[in-house]
Amino acid sequence: MIRYLAGRVVQGLIVIFGVTIAVFVTTRLIGDPVNFILPLSASLEQRARLRVDLGFDQSIFVQFMDYIGNVARLDFGTSTKFTNQDTLDIVLRFLPRTLILVAAGMIIAFSVSIILGMLAAIRPGKVTDKILVTLSLFGLSMPQFFLAQMLIVVFSVRLGLVDIGPGPWTHLILPSIAIALPAIGRLAMTVRSAMIDELNSQYVKTAKAKGLRRRRVVAVHALRNAAIPFVTLAGWELIRALAGFTVVVEGVFGVNGLGGLAILAIRERDFFLIQTIVFVVAIFVVLINIVIDVVYKFIDPRVKLT
Amino acid sequence: MNKKRVSDEFTSRTSETEAAIEQEHSMEGRPFEIRSARIGMFRELLSDSTGFIGLAILSILVFGAAFAPWIAPHGPTEGTLSTANLPPVWSTAGSWKYVLGTDPQGYDMLSRIMFGMRTTLLISTLVVLIAGIFGVTIGLIAGYMGGRLERWITGWIDVQVAFPGLLIAMIMIAVIGGSVSSLVFVLSFNGWMVYARMTRGVVLSVKQQPYVEAASLVGASAGRVMFRHILPNLTSALSTLAVLEFARIILAEATLSFLGLGLQFPDVSLGVVANNGRNAIFSAPRLSIIPGLFISVLVLAVNFVASWLRVALDPRERDKRFAATVSHHGGVQQ
Repeated sequence: MIRYLAGRVVQGLIVIFGVTIAVFVTTRLIGDPVNFILPLSASLEQRARLRVDLGFDQSIFVQFMDYIGNVARLDFGTSTKFTNQDTLDIVLRFLPRTLILVAAGMIIAFSVSIILGMLAAIRPGKVTDKILVTLSLFGLSMPQFFLAQMLIVVFSVRLGLVDIGPGPWTHLILPSIAIALPAIGRLAMTVRSAMIDELNSQYVKTAKAKGLRRRRVVAVHALRNAAIPFVTLAGWELIRALAGFTVVVEGVFGVNGLGGLAILAIRERDFFLIQTIVFVVAIFVVLINIVIDVVYKFIDPRVKLT
Repeated sequence: MNKKRVSDEFTSRTSETEAAIEQEHSMEGRPFEIRSARIGMFRELLSDSTGFIGLAILSILVFGAAFAPWIAPHGPTEGTLSTANLPPVWSTAGSWKYVLGTDPQGYDMLSRIMFGMRTTLLISTLVVLIAGIFGVTIGLIAGYMGGRLERWITGWIDVQVAFPGLLIAMIMIAVIGGSVSSLVFVLSFNGWMVYARMTRGVVLSVKQQPYVEAASLVGASAGRVMFRHILPNLTSALSTLAVLEFARIILAEATLSFLGLGLQFPDVSLGVVANNGRNAIFSAPRLSIIPGLFISVLVLAVNFVASWLRVALDPRERDKRFAATVSHHGGVQQ
């Protein structure tokens, strides 16, 4: 177990390293970071000075070693947008709101999709099943930003129900639903097909033949086995929500979280802030991946962590 | 003479064979294979109503997009402030001149959507082609060559898959600028891994088959074995995957452009149209709703086509479906 986890941590470090290299290559080899940071109107002199200040005049190899050294010391440079604040501090300040948003969205998504998927699987091909399948296909086909906008239009503009302005917690209700809905569509389909397979299996027939109540057969016996494909996809949804979808949703709702910060940093060309955001997100991605593997072990003792 | 003996054998078995055929015709035993063999993929389409609707909608949208320069009522950036904010035809003040109304710049919404869809479809097609060809080639090489090369490639794929592409794509676009070619590059860079993974999986499963070994034994080059003997196994799985990826890339392009990291004025894609309406979500929600609906309908149609293809190209899926219809209508269900 411990040896396995150590292996996974090494693998995770490789992912973080790979992402770091990707950002490095993109920003320093494909594009010129000086052009990226400074506005078009900057003079040649300003450009030259910044290049020397930030060490971009050195060879790419020296730059890379500096960069890796700084990352290892958790020194990510200072922000240009938030004058001279440490970028890691900024990111850590914006992080909690995103974590709450993603956590709330995923809790909604996981619980609703399990219930809907089970309902659909109990009688495949019947009305409930068909409605759920159609709805989730429609949900999958909508861009997430459009879904978020429709939530605003319906609940906020038409019905005036939910306060989406800056407030302590209420303003996270609609964004977390916007994060949850597409995930519900995908996950409910996974639960449905896994449950259909399990309900047709021998052990379920045995359990039924023994005279167990159907509710118990479905909720206890079948669900636990159907949980294995579900956990894989749920983890993937969580990762995608944290490293992508939250950017879109926070952008639409104007939430001041990591996603909003990412858009701001890219728009304001805040070079070091972007690097820090990607780095922190990568750490979370790796952690989630490791947690999923451990969860597997708990659900299915047959899984060997090697 | 060899042939003759075989045919003799057949004639001698005629009665047995016919009994077998009859049994299969009577749909006892294994009826599904018979049906799969008899019905072509387009007959399958007629019996699949959602697939048919999907293909019909998709054809209309593709037609409108492809011929936009000739059939669109206006240009994508044609209009002045005098034509600004006109309502669509279904509101009382609307006119057929601007069917879906105009935006605050005075541009006709319908025309912008037609031209936008043109660009969106172009980008998505190019990305599917480039990412597909690259991914399949890498997957073939990894699966067929094996060894250290395979470990390096799968490691590379794992790293790229582990980190979702949107953030990286946003940064890349911010650095290299938003244009059709840069979007195609960035989206291909983020999308080739699925093809490679699937291809490698199939290669590993067919590599030990006698016909593949036979091909390399008679001296076929590695390239010939990979592309002539192994690749055909992938056609059905790959074409379904490509259609699903097509839908995903339409959404990805729309998202990037919506965030302002896609095409720049005067270029227009569906995401750009959605982005233009973004700030008027409270005052004029139709500017967001109309492009959003078009994207959704386009993606939905593509998804319908994908589910038809999945069933039509894969005999096992067709069995399952046929089995389902039998159990519904024939009462085989327990």
